[in-house]
Amino acid sequence: MARVLIRRLNKRFDDVHAVKDVDLEIGDKEFVVLVGPSGCGKTTTLRMVAGLESISSGEVLIGDKVVNNLPPMDRDIAMVFQNYALYPHMSVYHNMAFGLKMRKFDRVEIDKRVREAADILGIQQHLHRKPRQLSGGQRQRVALGRAIVRHPQVFLFDEPLSNLDAKLRVQMRVELKRIHDRLGTTAIYVTHDQVEAMTLGDRVVVMKDGVVQQVGEPLELYNKPVNRFVAGFIGSPAMNFITVRVGELNGALAVGNEALQIALPGEIAARLRSRAGAEVAMGVRPEDLRVASPDDPVQSCFDAAVEVVEKLGSEILLDMQVGRDMLVAAVEPTVRAQRGDRLRLSLSADRLHFFDLATGSAV
Amino acid sequence: MIEGARWRRWIFFYIPLGFFILGLLFPFYWMVVTAFRPDAELYRPWMAPNYTPFWTLRPTLEHINYLLGETLFSRWMLNTLLISLAATLISVFCGLLAGYALSRLKFPFAGSLGTGIFVTYLVPQTLLFIPLADIIRNFRLGDTPWALILTYPTFLIPFCTWLLMGYFKAIPKELEECARIDGAPRWKAMVYIIFPIAVPGILSAGIFAFTLSWNEFIYALVFLSSPEQKTVPVGVTSELIRGDVFFWGPLMAGALLGSIPVALIYSFFVEHYVAGLTGSVKG
Amino acid sequence: MAVPFALTEPRPYVGAPRRGPVTRLLEDERWLALALMLPTLVLLALFIAYPFVKGVELSVTDAKVGVPGNFVGLQNFSALASDSIFRTAVWNTFIYTGVTTVFKLALGLWLALLLNRHFKGKALIRAFVLLPFIIPTVLSTFAWKWMFDPTFSVINWTLYRLGLITSRINWLGDPGLAMTSVIIVNIWRGVPFYAISLLAGLQTINPELQEAAAIDGARPWQRFWHVTWPLLLPVTMVVVLFSVIQTFADFQLVYVLTGGGPANATQLFATYAYQIGVGTGLLSQGAAVSLAMFPVLLVVVIVQLLYIRRVETH
Repeated sequence: MARVLIRRLNKRFDDVHAVKDVDLEIGDKEFVVLVGPSGCGKTTTLRMVAGLESISSGEVLIGDKVVNNLPPMDRDIAMVFQNYALYPHMSVYHNMAFGLKMRKFDRVEIDKRVREAADILGIQQHLHRKPRQLSGGQRQRVALGRAIVRHPQVFLFDEPLSNLDAKLRVQMRVELKRIHDRLGTTAIYVTHDQVEAMTLGDRVVVMKDGVVQQVGEPLELYNKPVNRFVAGFIGSPAMNFITVRVGELNGALAVGNEALQIALPGEIAARLRSRAGAEVAMGVRPEDLRVASPDDPVQSCFDAAVEVVEKLGSEILLDMQVGRDMLVAAVEPTVRAQRGDRLRLSLSADRLHFFDLATGSAV
Repeated sequence: MIEGARWRRWIFFYIPLGFFILGLLFPFYWMVVTAFRPDAELYRPWMAPNYTPFWTLRPTLEHINYLLGETLFSRWMLNTLLISLAATLISVFCGLLAGYALSRLKFPFAGSLGTGIFVTYLVPQTLLFIPLADIIRNFRLGDTPWALILTYPTFLIPFCTWLLMGYFKAIPKELEECARIDGAPRWKAMVYIIFPIAVPGILSAGIFAFTLSWNEFIYALVFLSSPEQKTVPVGVTSELIRGDVFFWGPLMAGALLGSIPVALIYSFFVEHYVAGLTGSVKG
Repeated sequence: MAVPFALTEPRPYVGAPRRGPVTRLLEDERWLALALMLPTLVLLALFIAYPFVKGVELSVTDAKVGVPGNFVGLQNFSALASDSIFRTAVWNTFIYTGVTTVFKLALGLWLALLLNRHFKGKALIRAFVLLPFIIPTVLSTFAWKWMFDPTFSVINWTLYRLGLITSRINWLGDPGLAMTSVIIVNIWRGVPFYAISLLAGLQTINPELQEAAAIDGARPWQRFWHVTWPLLLPVTMVVVLFSVIQTFADFQLVYVLTGGGPANATQLFATYAYQIGVGTGLLSQGAAVSLAMFPVLLVVVIVQLLYIRRVETH
């Protein structure tokens, strides 16, 4: 019904190839998040789906209809912008009614829908006000309401929460999720914030330099990143990367550098066996590092010197020097540590990630 | 801030400012006094002993009456009003459309067209008036208001375009994009969303254009010949002078009354004026 | 935030309302731009481009009013070159433009600096200051003409009372003095434009820069020269170039005050063109005089365009 197909999509601006062969299939009612750093092409892709940018090559299909040459007004989509884009000279009511007026709905129907959406979003009392009289959060709700009244086939979101302060952002995130669950409209959401991506998306698309790096459910990206970029992008604080050499330790395959030696469990060892003697990038998430207890096996422990202690309340982040690398560990709030302390850390070897040093792809 | 002693403030600020204001406004004061001064006083040589230049003890309306009763002055006012309004409407309309296109649309030759319009602003009327007179005659527009209504936009449109481009550039493009996604075709997004937001600019452009129209002289002088068709500046210049004799009383009265519409609009919209002036210089 | 109900009605594709073919065409940026630019382009083509070409055409014929001309090459221009009145007009125009511009800039700048302070009644004063620019030129020029009238001049009276003169000053009738009088009126008219524009420029200069310079020990004049003036330069350039073009091609002021006399003392390009073309009906020669302005204006325009381009790329 309202699925979106993006086939071999490309966009060139003069000599910049902003979007490269993007292929995505977004199912009906799915909430898909495009995430990545600035300039990765996510917004350009979204704008091509919207019809605000011309398509250099490839196809976009909305509801099984090729929309490449359709102007935005004919694509039956709605978009929420980062800075709300509310019409400043119109009241909230008319902002929300504008799209329906353009589509020649009659006044009774318009009124019904606008009030309906205002109810859902809790902005009924603002209907006669102008946007400049509203707070940021209220404006965002109006922008949402404007999109909802049209009952479009697809919702498009362009970093809608970026202009809100941290607390409001968290609140709106939850509301967005709830509204999507209720409305069940297909949605494509663009953000640079991986937390938003992980919490909102049914599936997440990580992009970099115009290329899709990985597509999958949030936990899949978290547990099985296909390359170093995705691994380092998803998860906060970011994954630690250490360059190690594949070698042997007591007969078992192990990796290490001058500061640590970690033995590899069977499955991982099997993947790395072909690289014996070579160097690889090892990735370990801060939350997978803990202060070593006497029960931890020696071959998954190593020493580190504490440089910075960040107390967050729910956990403590330790910035530590391990050999020539700096690692971040997220440990229990009960840990007592100070700058200068030497600690023994342990990790779960089966939660390690390895990446080719040259290409960055997962091993 | 002028730091320092009070006397410094007087010498460096109040006195110079006072001189400026005096110098800039005195001619208008003179205009007003003369308009209400009876002829007997008017034509008193300055070396005569009872010359009282700065005021009159017997203000009179005789000049204004003469102006309104014996000359075609009211007709000229009407002409100038209509011509200025029409030319303003045309120019603002064209400037609005062209300004929008040049500042918010991408199309080939946009840059050259923008420069081209800018350049025409700098081809003065005194360069074109002779061949243009011919063209006006050929189009059978000679001695009609249309000669001016159609030619005034040539120097009004570039100005309006520019001014409005400045206003348009400040409007975020997301507004149009949102309108187009909402279901508006491009032109409706322009008319329903962008134009209402640019109303202050439209007002500035209109006011300025009206003033510039009212002020125009050489085209009006050359293209209009019959007294009933003339505009205020031309009428006052040609009809209130018989040979070498200047009727100063009515002349000043005419100058005064002829300035009133513009001064009136100015007084209500000073901010828009200044905005228009500075916008065109900065943008 | 409770979401009380879901919008579960079936949602068929809400087809867009039928759009006419014109709307569809105008969706394309380029067609829309064409439609929007068309009225302007037509008007400017008809009443600027076409007359310009015609003017050039006229200037190389010997047309007179009612008599279509024959091609005569550059005869008109060479006649002008040996015409002493024309040479006088050229000289006058350059003097007129140069002197007035210098004074307008200096006085306008001074006034702008004065107005840049905060004082009671500032808005009102600023509004009054702009009056000479707002009031139609011809009308205010008549006021000046009356003020200059040799027999009835109030200026003469004032100077007489102040003991500065003993006999009359014929402001407009004395060939040696006429140009000065005309220049005075032009300056009077132009100072507000300069002042208000430069004031706007001054107001965009961050006052912190001045304060920092003051703390650094710079005296007012140094502050002006090293901080204010360079930042004001862009606006100044634009204002000066505009003004130069308008002044160079000026007509109204001189026409009303002196008509170009006495003895061509105040004859300018524009007034001479009018006198020849309209006064005596020698259309082609009049056109030639007008066109003679063009090279100078072209240089000025090019300088301005180059300057703007340079500013934009910085």
